[in-house]
Amino acid sequence: MVDLTSEFDSDTLARVLDAGRSMGADFSEVFIEDKRSVSAGLDDGKVEQVTSGRNRGAGIRVVAGDTTGFAHTADLSERGLIEAAQAAAAAARAGGGGTKKVALSSPRRHPVNVVRVLPGSVPKSDKVALLMRADDAARGVHGSIVQVSAGYADSVRRILVANSDGVLASDEQVRSLFRVSVVADGDLGMQTGYESMGHTIGYELFEHNDVGDLAVAAARQAVTKLRARPAPSGAMPVVIKCGSGGVLFHEACGHGLEADLVAKGASVYRNRVGELVASPLVTLVDDGTMTAEWGAIGIDDEGHESQRNVLIQDGILTDYMWDYLRARNDNRSQSGNGRRQSYADLPMVRMTNTFVMNGDSDPDDIVKNTDRGVYVAKLGGGSVDTATGDFVFGMTEAYLIENGQITEPIREGNLIGNGPQVLADIDMLGNDFAMGNPGTCGKDGQGVPVGDGQPTLRVKSLTVGGTAA
Amino acid sequence: MSTASPASGSTPDSVRHLQDIADRIVAQAKPGEQIEAYVSRARETDIRIYEGEIEHFVSAQSEGVGVRIIRNGRTGTSYAGTLDVSALEEVLAEARENAELGSVDEWAGLAEPDGVPVVPQQLWNEQLEHFPTEEKIAIAKRLEKIALAADKRVRVEDVSYSDVFAEEAFATTTGVRSGGRENGCYASVGTLADDGDETQTGFGFSVGKWPGEFDLDKAGREAAERATRLLGAVKPPSKRTTVVLDPYVTAQFLSIIGSTLNGESAIKGRSLFKDRLNETVASSMVTLIDDPTDSRAYTATDLDGEGLAARRNVLIEQGQLKKFVHSSYSARRAGTKSTGNATRGGLGGSPGVGCLALQLVPGTASQQQLVADIDDGVLIQMVQGLHSGVNSISGDFSTGASGLLIRNGATAEPVREFTIASTLQRMLQDIVAIGGDIDWLPMRASGVSLVIRDVTMSGA
Repeated sequence: MVDLTSEFDSDTLARVLDAGRSMGADFSEVFIEDKRSVSAGLDDGKVEQVTSGRNRGAGIRVVAGDTTGFAHTADLSERGLIEAAQAAAAAARAGGGGTKKVALSSPRRHPVNVVRVLPGSVPKSDKVALLMRADDAARGVHGSIVQVSAGYADSVRRILVANSDGVLASDEQVRSLFRVSVVADGDLGMQTGYESMGHTIGYELFEHNDVGDLAVAAARQAVTKLRARPAPSGAMPVVIKCGSGGVLFHEACGHGLEADLVAKGASVYRNRVGELVASPLVTLVDDGTMTAEWGAIGIDDEGHESQRNVLIQDGILTDYMWDYLRARNDNRSQSGNGRRQSYADLPMVRMTNTFVMNGDSDPDDIVKNTDRGVYVAKLGGGSVDTATGDFVFGMTEAYLIENGQITEPIREGNLIGNGPQVLADIDMLGNDFAMGNPGTCGKDGQGVPVGDGQPTLRVKSLTVGGTAA
Repeated sequence: MSTASPASGSTPDSVRHLQDIADRIVAQAKPGEQIEAYVSRARETDIRIYEGEIEHFVSAQSEGVGVRIIRNGRTGTSYAGTLDVSALEEVLAEARENAELGSVDEWAGLAEPDGVPVVPQQLWNEQLEHFPTEEKIAIAKRLEKIALAADKRVRVEDVSYSDVFAEEAFATTTGVRSGGRENGCYASVGTLADDGDETQTGFGFSVGKWPGEFDLDKAGREAAERATRLLGAVKPPSKRTTVVLDPYVTAQFLSIIGSTLNGESAIKGRSLFKDRLNETVASSMVTLIDDPTDSRAYTATDLDGEGLAARRNVLIEQGQLKKFVHSSYSARRAGTKSTGNATRGGLGGSPGVGCLALQLVPGTASQQQLVADIDDGVLIQMVQGLHSGVNSISGDFSTGASGLLIRNGATAEPVREFTIASTLQRMLQDIVAIGGDIDWLPMRASGVSLVIRDVTMSGA
């Protein structure tokens, strides 16, 4: 694939940026995106459809004082870009004022992901064959499997960012994803299993990982749950398996450390830098440079190089995550967290790969030291109210812990807690760090790919939302 | 979408232009091919105000095409976010290539005109088309002031005005030709309420075909109330209890119930209610209708996602399961007819199946009267995490919640950070009262106060 900077010469981009500031704005930015996607879905034993698509366009952002104007267009001719820039300038309503000519730097690239096999170089029939393989593998696990659906998806997203501060940067983000959902039917009704894998690499993902293994894992999850008891109800210790749910931290504190929410006083972590906000066992990092991970990016969607940011060190809050606007307001540097779903969206502060680093405990000891509680082997999604810190997350595969041993599987349900309280209540942290499943984080209606990870850990008290006494 | 089928007569030029593009794509069908073209275009405005100033002003235009080709029982689809002539050819070629790769499905096929007349609806408002930008900004600023004035403990996190103007056209080789346009606007406010170290959040909104239909006073007042009523809330004890769902919560519950009545899921063995037609699945007071032709519904529409007429379907009648909703594909497999419930989640892919505008036939009691009959219970005003705690295949239901305790027939202290749990099957059977306070919310279901007994509350 050709780098986008070779398709748009810097003189053209400079003229577009000038047009953005023609009404006196102090900042203009052009974000160009060309994204090609292929997906294929299997359900009920059939490859129901193969879909491919392309979205290509530019978003122009103009900032005048505290006001941002934004317009986007699918017309990437110079005329189309300049019209969009004028619309954005009018939207920002700066009024009057002169302009300073923009001088762009030479293009910058900061590749953090290495792609060996571009998805476009692989016949679609190979991708479809993966689906059939997953279907066969899942159905072979047990006679109770009544339904299997599987999905393959890849995308190649080329982006270019130029702004009136002289930044000119580009990146190519290649992602490959596979997911399997299984339904098993038994005496107590139907149960589901779900597994997925996704990385910011090309088709080589499937050389190192067998979709059959993934399908078998999903099928076993569903079959195991057929004998699940109702989940308990009330507050109790909860042990969370390594790599099963960094979503806990994503919700319990990740969102609350986004500088846009902090600036509006909509975070329980506002004004708390330098304070103890978690158990001293906890060191939390957001790292866009983790090669090949689902949330890895070379540059963010504002042209800033991705970086590794330590947010909580030994329980003490060290920093928030920043985008261009919030960093400018606070007169500090960006942290590579300005992201957007597509060229049609404004960037905002977003996570990349968010994880908790290893502790010292043997994961087996964590279970042995728990008299009665819940062991969560797989977490589902979650959500948080950042202003109150109240968050929920779902357990999709979980077991009772009785007398220091993992015993019966339990049915699905939500866990609920309050971020700062739960962070303080982490009393054991394992030494078995693993990354979790690929995720899509939603904020203000925009979804972006994010990764998460953690070692096995115990929260000494969390409310389990089941129905059993 | 307001419709003309086929597009002609009073159809605006812009929609006719989309119809022409769809027709041209379909005209390229080769012998043995079925082709569906879906063409759309939209304009949106989004204005966000913070502390009396414009935080951002977004002016967006989008367009695109989705093509579905079926040949020898194999389906391929493709899409592009542009209507450039060169892109259209690429989309058609890609869809054709993709159709070589699918499995043979004997039921694969496009919708065919079914003779069900389109119920005309007023989905386009000229006043919104000509509404001045300055006044849109003023509306958002006014809403911020109303929320702030409602209670001195309240701050505003953000306030927005947005509107959307959308046009679409369908054409198929099987003879569907329909299209139309639709617009609407929305104002919303997110609030924070502080008391000492404690902060709680709320929101309010108002929707309309044009801003003249907004009730900004109600939106601002509710946003302030939602945030302040939770100040001082505590975590309740765990126990089994009776819950009263606020209309806003009921609408979300009905959306989940609607997903279990998806005909495609039923055929594929994924619905809780497969093989249960004409059996009792709910309390006898439950009559659940999907009616996108009811113009009071926010999602009222005249066409489904395959261009067929949207229609009224009774799904559950006095507790008995009467019908699943279907697209033309799921209907063909089930040996029945489309109920006009094809849904489209964007340009790409084949249409899915879903309810369009659910409503529960209301009772007569006010929420206060329902509460008066309860000695011990909880009024659930907000839920959190339905997507992570509800499994519509197993039926497990568990959600984070906040609201007010009910004691001796009256609401008492606020509670938060707890869950309510049961199963979808039990909850439908355990409905003991339905209020008369129907609320046409901006969702695919309307709301009404709903009383459900024997739900587990998990807290301290």
